[in-house]
Amino acid sequence: MKKTFPILGLLTAALLSYALYEAVVVAPREQTMGDVQRIFYYHVPSAWTAFLLFFINFVASVQYLVRRNPPADKIANWVVIAIGVLTCVGGYVIKPLPQGMYPSSVATTGLAIVGIYFLIRKYFSDQETDILALTTAEVGVVFCTVVLVTGPLWARPVWGIWWTWDVRLTSTLVLWLIYVSYLVLRRFSTSGQTPVLAAALAVFGALDVPLVYFSIWFFRTQHPQPVIGGGGSIDPRMLHVLLINWLAFLCFAFLVCWSRYRLERLQRDVEETLALEALLEPRSNVR
Amino acid sequence: MNFLYAAYAATWAIHIAYLITLVRRYSRLKQEVDELNKKKN
Repeated sequence: MKKTFPILGLLTAALLSYALYEAVVVAPREQTMGDVQRIFYYHVPSAWTAFLLFFINFVASVQYLVRRNPPADKIANWVVIAIGVLTCVGGYVIKPLPQGMYPSSVATTGLAIVGIYFLIRKYFSDQETDILALTTAEVGVVFCTVVLVTGPLWARPVWGIWWTWDVRLTSTLVLWLIYVSYLVLRRFSTSGQTPVLAAALAVFGALDVPLVYFSIWFFRTQHPQPVIGGGGSIDPRMLHVLLINWLAFLCFAFLVCWSRYRLERLQRDVEETLALEALLEPRSNVR
Repeated sequence: MNFLYAAYAATWAIHIAYLITLVRRYSRLKQEVDELNKKKN
């Protein structure tokens, strides 16, 4: 275990360097936007990674809430299975799907929901789901910050403006604000109910993720169409570079989450030890 | 090209800033653990 982290760290660093080389040197130059289009290789993978982390935060928060109540836990399991089945079937049955949305991408989403839910259920205890939720929210906010910074840096030369209050951009900003408030709540609230309140906030906050993602289908927006499972099109060489960058950022996010998770566990162990020590101290010392 | 460099630099600046906060939190916690161990001994 001690050796695994440095080895994975080195591999991730190599992958990130290779992905950067692919983005700057190998990817073809876009004809209308020029080199500034290459921002896309950092912007889009960061957005996907943030969405995935917020989704894991959502699942972990739901489990933290339902595991406190066994009947609710059982119902939640069946609800998740039903959502998975309905999403898989719905992708092929609902006609027409919004333009550019493929049945296979809808079905994959359904399977991913069920898979992530039961993986977390199997491998994380009650307290661990709370730590996982905190970890993924924090790292997700970092990736979402990258999205909100790189987006305007692309928009300025391409659209001629840094920012516009359209649905995609505004909902992303709202998503960032929700998760920042989640972290502020966890950092400064001293109540014993903080994890429960935070989990409830996370469940509501996660509702913004599909709004951000699907806003380009359901609203008129200035933001470009998605390149995978959406109406946008992309040169296969560009798609290859995009996927390599996403893989690199996913590995990086995994390592950062792992470190943060271990840090939080250690922090809680120390707090527990300190609390026990305070309880075991002789009363004369307390006075 | 300047915007491209700015975007890539900003991305890594954000990630590195976060990693620095993690390292600082780790070292603070390690200090606490060391103090606890000293007390025990």
